[in-house]
Amino acid sequence: MKLSGAEIFIECLKKEGVKHIFGYPGGVVLNIFDLLYDNKDVKLILTRHEQGAVHAADGYARVSGRPGVVLVTSGPGATNTVTGIATASMDSVPLVVFSGQVPTMLIGNDAFQEADIVGITRPCTKYNFLAKDVNDLAEIIREAFYIATTGRPGPVLIDLPKDVTSGKTDFIWPEDVKIRSYNPTYEGNKWMIKQAAHEITKAKRPIIIAGGGVIISGGHKELKELAEITQIPVAMTLMGLGGFPGTHKLSLGMLGMHGTYYANMATQNSDLIVAVGMRFDDRVTGNVDGFAPQAKIVHIDIDPTSIRKNVRVDIPIVGDVKFILREMLSILKEESKGQWTEIRKAWLSQIGQWKKARPLTYHSIDDVIKPQFVVEKIYEITKGDAIITTEVGQNQMWTAQFYKFDKPRRLVTSGGLGTMGYGFPAAIGAQIAFPDKLVIDIAGDGSIQMNIQELATAVLEKLPVKVAILNNRYLGMVRQWQELFFHERYSYSHLNMVPDFVKVAEAYGAVGLRATKAGEVEPLIEEALRIKKPVFMDFIVDWKEKVYPMVPAGAPIDQMLFEEEEKKAEKKLRAVK
Amino acid sequence: MRHTISVLVENKFGVLSRISGLFSGRGYNIESLSVGETIDPQISVMTIVTTGDDWVIEQITKQLNKLIDVIKVTDMTELDHVEREMVMVKVAPRQDDKAEVLRLAEIFRGRVVDSSQKTYTIEITGDEKKIAAFVELMKPMGIKEFVRTGKVAIAREGIKKK
Ligand SMILES: Cc1ncc(C[n+]2csc(CCOP(=O)(O)OP(=O)(O)O)c2C)c(N)n1
Ligand SMILES: [Mg+2]
Repeated sequence: MKLSGAEIFIECLKKEGVKHIFGYPGGVVLNIFDLLYDNKDVKLILTRHEQGAVHAADGYARVSGRPGVVLVTSGPGATNTVTGIATASMDSVPLVVFSGQVPTMLIGNDAFQEADIVGITRPCTKYNFLAKDVNDLAEIIREAFYIATTGRPGPVLIDLPKDVTSGKTDFIWPEDVKIRSYNPTYEGNKWMIKQAAHEITKAKRPIIIAGGGVIISGGHKELKELAEITQIPVAMTLMGLGGFPGTHKLSLGMLGMHGTYYANMATQNSDLIVAVGMRFDDRVTGNVDGFAPQAKIVHIDIDPTSIRKNVRVDIPIVGDVKFILREMLSILKEESKGQWTEIRKAWLSQIGQWKKARPLTYHSIDDVIKPQFVVEKIYEITKGDAIITTEVGQNQMWTAQFYKFDKPRRLVTSGGLGTMGYGFPAAIGAQIAFPDKLVIDIAGDGSIQMNIQELATAVLEKLPVKVAILNNRYLGMVRQWQELFFHERYSYSHLNMVPDFVKVAEAYGAVGLRATKAGEVEPLIEEALRIKKPVFMDFIVDWKEKVYPMVPAGAPIDQMLFEEEEKKAEKKLRAVK
Repeated sequence: MRHTISVLVENKFGVLSRISGLFSGRGYNIESLSVGETIDPQISVMTIVTTGDDWVIEQITKQLNKLIDVIKVTDMTELDHVEREMVMVKVAPRQDDKAEVLRLAEIFRGRVVDSSQKTYTIEITGDEKKIAAFVELMKPMGIKEFVRTGKVAIAREGIKKK
């Protein structure tokens, strides 16, 4: 029996085990939507914007480890996915995005709602396809899922011209995929691994820097074992949070621009860095020339281009983090037993001193709600076990600092691209993947407005996602930079008007709650968590608050600004007056 | 330093733009690029001449390798290899220079592939130095048009001494 391209699309999704897709209809995909109308196997979540659909699929993928799937129409539907695709690409998230396209005959004619989406997304996808013939469709879809989910994962786009989805052919599911030009390396070079293990035994002041690759590879257990056996402290990148338990005594928390004092000091003073599944982003290294001047660097990553892109590397190991850490563990376990604690004593005590000298702090004033306090309370009340998504800005950094993630796939945040408007739709996707888990988006008042329309999706799909808006009436992170580096000239960072988020929530049929005093924070969170509906929690927070510590852009990461210094300077000023 | 990189790619639609997009998107420069089918019509070979320090060249070769459609990347500069390029020069010499143009073409083993009352078109093949020298000598003769193929390169096979 011959199937249409649209039917083949559905059959392929079933073969790939896809139960949910996120999307938005339009002219050239109506035949696919027609099939979805009464399909029992594949359910479409109708978002209110194609960007929302991609972020939702992305959130779904990050928490579940399974690829997120998107279906949109041609032209504007397709171009609206670009920010979402670029976000997923930067953070190595497996997505398969299907875009409708005008019939092959019309391609290139500036037809109605034609956009060259394959051209537009070429630099921000791992790969993309234009399906030109229905006979190739099953194979293309199979390859797309394979490419998206293997090696360093990433988004793949398939452009589906109308005549390809309406054309008919025999459906043959290719059981195997083999792409001769695509062979990711999983097992690291044994000799290099041995060298790395040897460096670990020699090092006096080693640290591990864990990135998102630890979580993607599922190597968090191996990492924990390695750290514990060898007593090496672990700093994490934003994407790596949860890859090592944040409450562990060997945890240094996040490093980099808004990293902890002790993570940055440990990095700068280390004699060996074991970088695991991370890529030395500039937000991590600060000034590259001043980065970890005394350290030898072992760099483990599945993507060879990540290695020696930004920093010099002494021992490069290309491959899957989990494989490599296992191999390394088996060597180190044999190498020596028991004496590690003794060897690390001096280094760990130095780190203990740094931890004591400058812990992460903030200062409460009377009844004013400090944004960090809100994050801390959310952490306490959820016992650190919620799925937390974030928007971008100060809200994101405070979440990274004050919510201690003990498990992987609990923090869902746009790290590489820093996409405002990401967190709320991502929370929706995460909730679809785990209907029974608590999902909270920690948001800024600016960012939440970028995809606020997805309230409709959450309400209609009965998804009890919670949004904690740290409402400072500012594009706070922009304001912070302007205060510190632009002589307090707050050019277009004051939002002037933020909507009444309580009323907005209510208008969509969700629940809105507001806290204006510190004492109201805890009861409000508790109330919100009891409500089995989407809730906006509007926390009117201190707009003057800044994220500290902070490494000014371009400085080495041990040159940090601290709140204490600011407070002292203020006091002095007051005394003079 | 200048490197000649040979890239075997799947002969698929869009591959050229993936490669050129990689160079433009990451700020690498392409001095010349030539593309053609290999004996296997499903595979094309691209010869790319680019410049950069060791870090940049390492990134370029890795980034090329990372592209899904790329089968093999060889930095020819690291190997013993032969490079050739073909150019065609259309010159319009003054009457007294005509003989000189033909003489030079002969010295450089060029061929006259077209001529008119006023012009000669000369084809010449060679490595960079030879072509540069020929072009230098043709300049005073009045070059009207100039086209070049871009470089192609192939590795030498070692010869065993008997
Ligand atoms: C789509 C997008 N546009 C612009 C920016 C630049 N940007 C980074 S943080 C920020 C302010 C975010 O404001 P808000 O959501 O209120 O968060 P806050 O910093 O106040 O917590 C801006 C504009 C961005 N990251 N993403
Ligand atoms: Mg704000």
